[in-house]
Amino acid sequence: MPDPGIDAQTALHDPNLLLQAEGVTKTFPGVKALSGMRFDLRKGEVLALVGENGAGKSTLMKLLTGIYPLEEGRFWLEGEPLAVKNPKEAQERGLAIIHQEFNLMPDLTVAQNIFIGREPLTGGFFTRPRALEAQAKELIDRLGLPLDPSAKVATLTVAKQQMVEIAKALSYNARVLIMDEPTAALNDAEVEVLHDLIRRFVTPQTGVVYISHRMPELKRIADRVTVIRDGEYIDTMDMANATLDQVISRMVGRAIDTSARPENVRTDRPVLMRVENLSTKDVLRDVSFDLYEGEILGFAGLMGAGRTEVARAIVGADPRTSGTITLRGKVVNPRNAAEAARFGIGYLSEDRKRYGLMLGHAVSHNIAISSLADKFSRFGFVDDRAIAKAATQQRTNLRIKTPSVAQLVTNLSGGNQQKVVIARWLVKNSDVLIFDEPTRGIDVGAKDEIYHLLNRLASEGKSIIMISSELPEVLRLSHRIVVMSEGRLTGVLSAGEATQESIMALATHPDDDLPPASAADDADHATQEDLR
Amino acid sequence: MTLPATTPTTGVQVAKDPSARSTLLRRSLQQMLAFAGLIAIFIVFSIASPVVFPSYTNVIQILFSAVVIGLLALGSTLVIITGGIDLSVGTGMALCAVMAATFIVTWHLPVLLGVVLAILFGGLVGMVNGISVALLKLPPFIATLAMMMVASGLALVVSNKHPIYFDAGAYTDISTGTLIPGSNFPNAILVYAVAAVVAAVLLGRTLLGRYDLAIGSNLEATALSGVNVHKWTIIIYAVAGLFTGLAGVAISARLGSAQPATGQGYELYAIAAVVIGGTSLSGGKGSILGTVIGSLIIAVINNGLQIVSVPQEWQNVILGVVILLAVFADQFRKRT
Repeated sequence: MPDPGIDAQTALHDPNLLLQAEGVTKTFPGVKALSGMRFDLRKGEVLALVGENGAGKSTLMKLLTGIYPLEEGRFWLEGEPLAVKNPKEAQERGLAIIHQEFNLMPDLTVAQNIFIGREPLTGGFFTRPRALEAQAKELIDRLGLPLDPSAKVATLTVAKQQMVEIAKALSYNARVLIMDEPTAALNDAEVEVLHDLIRRFVTPQTGVVYISHRMPELKRIADRVTVIRDGEYIDTMDMANATLDQVISRMVGRAIDTSARPENVRTDRPVLMRVENLSTKDVLRDVSFDLYEGEILGFAGLMGAGRTEVARAIVGADPRTSGTITLRGKVVNPRNAAEAARFGIGYLSEDRKRYGLMLGHAVSHNIAISSLADKFSRFGFVDDRAIAKAATQQRTNLRIKTPSVAQLVTNLSGGNQQKVVIARWLVKNSDVLIFDEPTRGIDVGAKDEIYHLLNRLASEGKSIIMISSELPEVLRLSHRIVVMSEGRLTGVLSAGEATQESIMALATHPDDDLPPASAADDADHATQEDLR
Repeated sequence: MTLPATTPTTGVQVAKDPSARSTLLRRSLQQMLAFAGLIAIFIVFSIASPVVFPSYTNVIQILFSAVVIGLLALGSTLVIITGGIDLSVGTGMALCAVMAATFIVTWHLPVLLGVVLAILFGGLVGMVNGISVALLKLPPFIATLAMMMVASGLALVVSNKHPIYFDAGAYTDISTGTLIPGSNFPNAILVYAVAAVVAAVLLGRTLLGRYDLAIGSNLEATALSGVNVHKWTIIIYAVAGLFTGLAGVAISARLGSAQPATGQGYELYAIAAVVIGGTSLSGGKGSILGTVIGSLIIAVINNGLQIVSVPQEWQNVILGVVILLAVFADQFRKRT
């Protein structure tokens, strides 16, 4: 790796650069989130930063704004070293960051929100509402925003709330504007307004870092695009010359281990569960698919595509606005997770600690909870011996590493906690298992074990929906792959035709202006076929 | 370097797991701590007043005085384990006492029927609390605060603001009579003992108890595990209400009258008993035995301080300090 000291010298000598990163590395226990990451933002440009889920974009932003301490690597702002300790200091240095989640107080006015903590005061104590409003109005007019300074934030649309965030960020005289997925919640007209605002902000002295998954949008707003993959810098391209497929192939272009492929893929299985026209109020739009007996159906898509929402809507954890769920030809439409469990549908959440486990309780209790009423009790009295027996059986069956089933779940590793949740649904004898990110927070060795377990469950006749943000995982296990984007199902790929590129193309092209999925990269496709 | 570890590392041999044992130990420690506290307090008072305090008559008196708060605390334990709270048990108890008097004195129903109806009425009050919490999604604090006021008002309305007196006999015997011939062991203590056993079985051996603990530990995970958490929350609040109803019977039988303007403040003593007994206000864990010990600690302190002639106002100060110490000891133990 180059000596950062030398880079510091070169940085000082390029007056065209606004913001630079070099050799930025961040390690979390067990994971390298960023490794030798770099990028440079020129004055007067919009730089798009793209990468898959978990590529390290957010970590980079958090390092830049001091939310995480910078341990390895360097940032420069106009040739000056930049190492801020907290977001406030970042703001004072001229970095404005707009997060996906807004940081506004809904019951305060626009003006109060923009100048929170910096209100004009009389005698250091009494507020001056009129001065505050005038100050806010001046800023809003200067930025050309359609905002009323005295309006309560809660009454504004999402797009206008975002404008408040932007006004607040720019009120610090920012030179660099960093936006994390700014258009995720906006409609097309609102996106245009936002892009106008960005174009007005960009002067020969300022620049914008624009993080987004939405490929078509980048063409319109970005000058250059930097691709991150697995925490590493991959490439930077001029947007004018780059095709979207090129960008995608850089995003996913890792070499994947093709030796492990889906097992027992067959096309002659009967349909077990049919989902038709599933919609929810906010996210899902007419999602329909079939789940076959004994198959692993992968669900791929970017963050926010609506995959978790599909699972929650199927089991009735979130209300459906439309949709029919048919199990073995019979309409079931579970109204809540209790009904879904009775029909034999089990949901294993991505967030095990929050939605899966009773951490302070015994392994056996966590395994038995779903089956207490129908398997482990008589006249309301719980049969602890039967619970211990069934739990011990599952401990052997799934090889849960715990000295005893009386152990508290909180003392188990992530992989073993996941097995406890799996055991719960096996004891319940569920036919449909919906795994949401089954290997999240699980270390590499244990991941393999979970993969084997999923294959085994499918071969034993369980039907599995596996939602995963890790493409290699999806490709390794799925018999078929459903791809989602922005609440819609954008394609179903067979194990044979699925590649990282074909999946990512479906996941990032919400509009229909894209090449057919299987044509994404024939060469690569062929190689994978040959390898099998 | 230290010596290489001699512990065997194969899966089979670590079957006798040290951490599982330590959690078991820790769990019983929680109760042992409260129990040790009870014994310690008892010894201190026995030294301060060697003749009167530890006498048979006084011990019976202590147990007798623990009954009402003890019964309320049993129900409160179940509710607090869900992560909730029930502020309505005090005035709810007064309302149930008035209802018992209405059934038995005003309507001339048989005593047994009146008692059963009064207890069921308590269950109804609890059920309304449960519906507010589970279906209307009100915070338990607010839902039961409102019920506390409603119950206090209804008790006055139903009784027309006057105490209702029972005839001495079958009804008052529930508290002050004795089933053990020739002794002066009051039935109230037996009623409390039976109720405590029932509560312990409910919590330890039944679906209700398991779901109670699960809901308090992680409501969302329990719901996604396929448990109908709304239904069970309502049931748990309703069962807690049954104990409130029983407390209403016990207190009115002891006084020989239903006093509509009483009850306020009892809910806080009940919560104090639960907390001293080691049940976590954040839910998910707790024990009936702990609550019984907690109720006894409160009764012993009140009784002992009276006997050694500490003025009433200081008794509350000391009780408050005991609550602080109990909760602090519990958290300190958890942190280390």
